[in-house]
Amino acid sequence: MKDRIQEFARVETQTEIAEGIYSLRFRSGAIASRARPGQFVNVLLRDGHAPLLRRPFSISSVSGETVTLVYNIIGRGTRMMATKRPGDDLDVLGPLGQPFRVDDSFRIAIIVAGGLGVAPFPYLTETLEQAGKTIRTYLGARTAAQVVTAGLRDVRLATDDGSAGYRGTVVALLEEDLRKDPGEGMKIFSCGPTPMMKALGVLAEREAIPCELSLEGDMACGIGLCQGCPVERRDGDKKYALVCVDGPTFRSSEINLP
Amino acid sequence: MKTSFALRGVEFKNRVLVASGTFGYGDEVTDLVDVNRLGGVITKSLSLKPRPGNPPRRITETACGMLNSIGLANIGVREFIDKKLPYLRTLETVVLVNIAASSVQEYCDVLKALEDEEGVDGYEINVSCPNVKEGGLTFGTDSRMTRQITEKLRPLTDKPLIVKLTPNVTHISEFARAVAEAGADAVSLINTVLGMAVDIWKKKPKLSTVTGGLSGPAIKPIALAKVYEVAQSVTIPIIGLGGISSWEDAVEFLLVGATAVQVGTLNYVNPAGTLAIIDGIAGYAGQMGVQDVGELVGKLDAQLEFSPLHSWL
Repeated sequence: MKDRIQEFARVETQTEIAEGIYSLRFRSGAIASRARPGQFVNVLLRDGHAPLLRRPFSISSVSGETVTLVYNIIGRGTRMMATKRPGDDLDVLGPLGQPFRVDDSFRIAIIVAGGLGVAPFPYLTETLEQAGKTIRTYLGARTAAQVVTAGLRDVRLATDDGSAGYRGTVVALLEEDLRKDPGEGMKIFSCGPTPMMKALGVLAEREAIPCELSLEGDMACGIGLCQGCPVERRDGDKKYALVCVDGPTFRSSEINLP
Repeated sequence: MKTSFALRGVEFKNRVLVASGTFGYGDEVTDLVDVNRLGGVITKSLSLKPRPGNPPRRITETACGMLNSIGLANIGVREFIDKKLPYLRTLETVVLVNIAASSVQEYCDVLKALEDEEGVDGYEINVSCPNVKEGGLTFGTDSRMTRQITEKLRPLTDKPLIVKLTPNVTHISEFARAVAEAGADAVSLINTVLGMAVDIWKKKPKLSTVTGGLSGPAIKPIALAKVYEVAQSVTIPIIGLGGISSWEDAVEFLLVGATAVQVGTLNYVNPAGTLAIIDGIAGYAGQMGVQDVGELVGKLDAQLEFSPLHSWL
């Protein structure tokens, strides 16, 4: 069986699910059947030659033969993504990268997401539930209007402006909760801005909680060809790992975030 | 339709190869491309010892192109022989190893390490990487050094020896002549064009090394002009590359004098795109009524014609 597929998938739905945040669902049985939580797809969004490169998107959920991506508009590629309508073709390459590791012996999954870092977690949540894990979700956002909780469980909110939930960073909120209830058998899964994940990595290490991070990288290909997305390894004889093929999920203990 | 060509006795099944640094070591995307259909695979640049490459940020997109500063990240010739060559040996297409080095001696050492290995069909010598401090462009922008490297390597192998030239010089044909006289079997051109991009909000360069190499459709007109220049100047075959994204692009290179072409940046976006280019060239050759794609090489009609061109409308 081919690991990865490049095909023109049909767009099924395109929905604004929160302020400036969109959800696009496309039909690809081949990608849906191969995808695992934490993997991504690389989408070509082009008008002529521009933009040149594919844009990577986390796989947010999988349902039957369809795959859902959650994104916001931050540049030319995502602007074109938002113009896609049901019935349009989407040039998709995937699934790519290493999924989150979900079969180790933890009992409680602590999901920590910042902003659009929430994207991969509905799929992870579903998978963890099927595996009988307890799930707690810490969600950080700038403001209440940008909070997306669909597909998540036991959500604890933190907003920068205090418009919903805890006022402050999501890592500070988690830290407070851990102080009250240190708990055992936990594992952290996180995706979000680098400063957030850095702080989280420090916290996880101090509390000796296993922690996996999903990273972004400047990648031209997403398939290990361009070597554009290095992340520094902590040990081993190779200095860098590649976000696209060695990640995007990494144990926080194996890498140094920039 | 005859699509093949030969270089120093090595037969390539067609005239479209994948460019060094854009196709890994040939084993990364076997699930996405039928590698055996390619005219040839050129490996990522190999140095004697492994190189970690440059720190991020290594890549940035530009108008119809991209800048990279990978810094010749590679696994080194030893690991290549142990881990990558066994797979490459099974391929039914030509495998050329690209060599990069920071001294003349290192070029020789890498070639010697590979010379007796089964599965290496020939070499492409990278004297034109813009993103490393030692070697790279300092060799490729000095025609005496370029000549000297070729002269030293030539006696070490009887396999095809191709030297990859940089466009970042005033007269690329001077370099092509130097390597032709020194015994190279072919030249490949162009390597990336030195370029830069700035983040105006941070007032910082976008790449960690400040400048990088520009590739993609943005550089195709530059590449064509350089291939055309070299074609007027040397008789050894030219392998043309630079921004080829379609079979039409590839045909342009053949017409201005390239015996074969390489596809680079396209592999990142559409890893199987090369196969469509191979088919498209053959289709075009058929339409032109030739029996051999080679009959298209250098067939540019330089006779000026002043009829209005409407294609851009």
